[in-house]
Amino acid sequence: MSSITPPVIVETDEMIAGATAKDRRAPRVRRRSDRSVGASVALHATLLLATFIALFPMAWVVLSSFKPASEIRRSDIQFVVDPTLENYRKVLFDTNFPTWFLNSLVVAAFTMVIGIAMAATAGYALSRFNFPGKRGLMWVFLITQMFPVAILIVPIYTIMAKAGLIDTKASLVIAYCTVAVPFCAWMLRGYFDTIPKELDEAAALDGLGPFGTFWRVILPLARPGLAVTAFYTFLTAWGEVAYAIAFMQSDDHYTLGAGLQQFVPQFSPRWELLTAGAVLITIPAAIVFFFAQKHLVAGLTAGGTKG
Amino acid sequence: MRKSFDKHWYAWAMVLPTVAVLGVLVLAPLVQGVYQSFTDLNESNQRSEICKKTLGGGETCSPNPKASQFVGLDNYVDVLTGAQGHFWLQFTNTIVWTVACVVFHYGIGLGLAVMLNRSFRGRGFYRVALIVPWAVPAFVAAFAWRFLFDENFGLINATLRALGGSGVSWFDDRWTSLSTAIVANIWLGVPFMMVAILGGLQSIPGDLYEAAEMDGATPWQRFRNVTLPGLRPVSSTVILLGTIWTFNMFPIIYFVTRGQPAGETEILVTGAFRAAFEGIRDYSLAATYGVLILSILIVYASIYRRVLKTQGEVF
Repeated sequence: MSSITPPVIVETDEMIAGATAKDRRAPRVRRRSDRSVGASVALHATLLLATFIALFPMAWVVLSSFKPASEIRRSDIQFVVDPTLENYRKVLFDTNFPTWFLNSLVVAAFTMVIGIAMAATAGYALSRFNFPGKRGLMWVFLITQMFPVAILIVPIYTIMAKAGLIDTKASLVIAYCTVAVPFCAWMLRGYFDTIPKELDEAAALDGLGPFGTFWRVILPLARPGLAVTAFYTFLTAWGEVAYAIAFMQSDDHYTLGAGLQQFVPQFSPRWELLTAGAVLITIPAAIVFFFAQKHLVAGLTAGGTKG
Repeated sequence: MRKSFDKHWYAWAMVLPTVAVLGVLVLAPLVQGVYQSFTDLNESNQRSEICKKTLGGGETCSPNPKASQFVGLDNYVDVLTGAQGHFWLQFTNTIVWTVACVVFHYGIGLGLAVMLNRSFRGRGFYRVALIVPWAVPAFVAAFAWRFLFDENFGLINATLRALGGSGVSWFDDRWTSLSTAIVANIWLGVPFMMVAILGGLQSIPGDLYEAAEMDGATPWQRFRNVTLPGLRPVSSTVILLGTIWTFNMFPIIYFVTRGQPAGETEILVTGAFRAAFEGIRDYSLAATYGVLILSILIVYASIYRRVLKTQGEVF
């Protein structure tokens, strides 16, 4: 890719504005669309450096995952040595990794479904209706986002212990819902806000009640928003560790967050297994993430700026 | 009252599932957590009764003479005076950690967003490549950085040696150890800030820049007087969110520094976790930490909100 970009390729309206402005402007001022060759080189150099920093840690993990164990423990820098799939074979067949993977999948899927199901109507009500208690509820959502793990983990742990649920997937799903439900309501409200209210009014004229409008008109339109919220909830559960380590006690009940650390104990860590495991965990997360990322930030910040 | 119900019953019905979940899963444990912080609950005294098997196969239960009991403010006094745990050390770490991370997140994110907001060839590529760290689960990123900073065969020490220096024992000193975690977290958190700020930049009307150009504003003046004020709504939200998220960030510290050396790099959240689930489990100590952390965050959020309000901006 050439680093010298012709500075004039910009949106046309800006070009026109720039051209008319040119005659009146003091000559020394640089316009937004102008860029000297030096500035272009600096821009690309900075972005390339940033891209390198963004990519190399995971790239190094991927490269290392294909090295034999003995090569990982060498102190000189080599990018590819005797590429092998042995680490992946070991992780998949000689450890409990597949079980942890499955456990994480089940826990994250249940969290996602429950989070969405419990929060969708609330998001709609918050977006459309003015009712007593609305502001208070919005505050509660905001404050629950602020809750440190530390304040709920102990009471939830003691409650689960009393109920005999420690070391079960259900305990994790319940714990994750404390975060997922308010989060989903918050995100969905932001998405429902983008659907024109006229649709609700039209549906009401056609004789649909508030629930009918929600179910038949709004929910189908909100599918992209539901998908993004669901994906993000899934990822949050997929990557959670504190509850997973505290609640899960037997090796075949671990989720990925709790299990992966088994590979790298304080003494004699097995980085070859860890790197292979890390790659296997990241691939599905990254795929889901890139589906969701486009609408994610708008959803996260919209509620905050408009509330 | 009756009229209010007729008018709002469906709105209330719609929020009912969420409110029920929050009440049962968040409010009840919260109340219990606050209560636990006033007791001496730990692993050994958590049972309220002791049951023994009798010869007949039944069970007799009697109240546990050593059951946990109400101790008033003792936990808070112990924690804040340093008699129990290392609150002030962890508090200092948390502040250093949060301030460093949020400043770099915002600064780097803003810089990259301003660059990406221009039009040039390859912009789409950079945008996708730069958000890769966000796609990596936090605990995986933590292990990746722990691997890079590994004393003997990590890439960073290998590079230092190749350049003729000597490897650094990153985790033997409080500040180098904490900085490894800060680096890892900056790496992880920049993409969110970048994308959020980029969204904010794109919502600033182009005419403002044109007007500034006509008035002869330099690029720096345009940045100071158009870009930064235009970003205010987004900035105020993401800085608040970022501060809270970083304050509560568990996996990076837990897996990158592991508190090394000797617990000197714990932040409050990991300190509370270790109090509750490692060694002799001291639930009441962890609950006290939890209440203190939440109080700090609530105070911070309300001051933050008040400051914004005086400047004419409310989120």
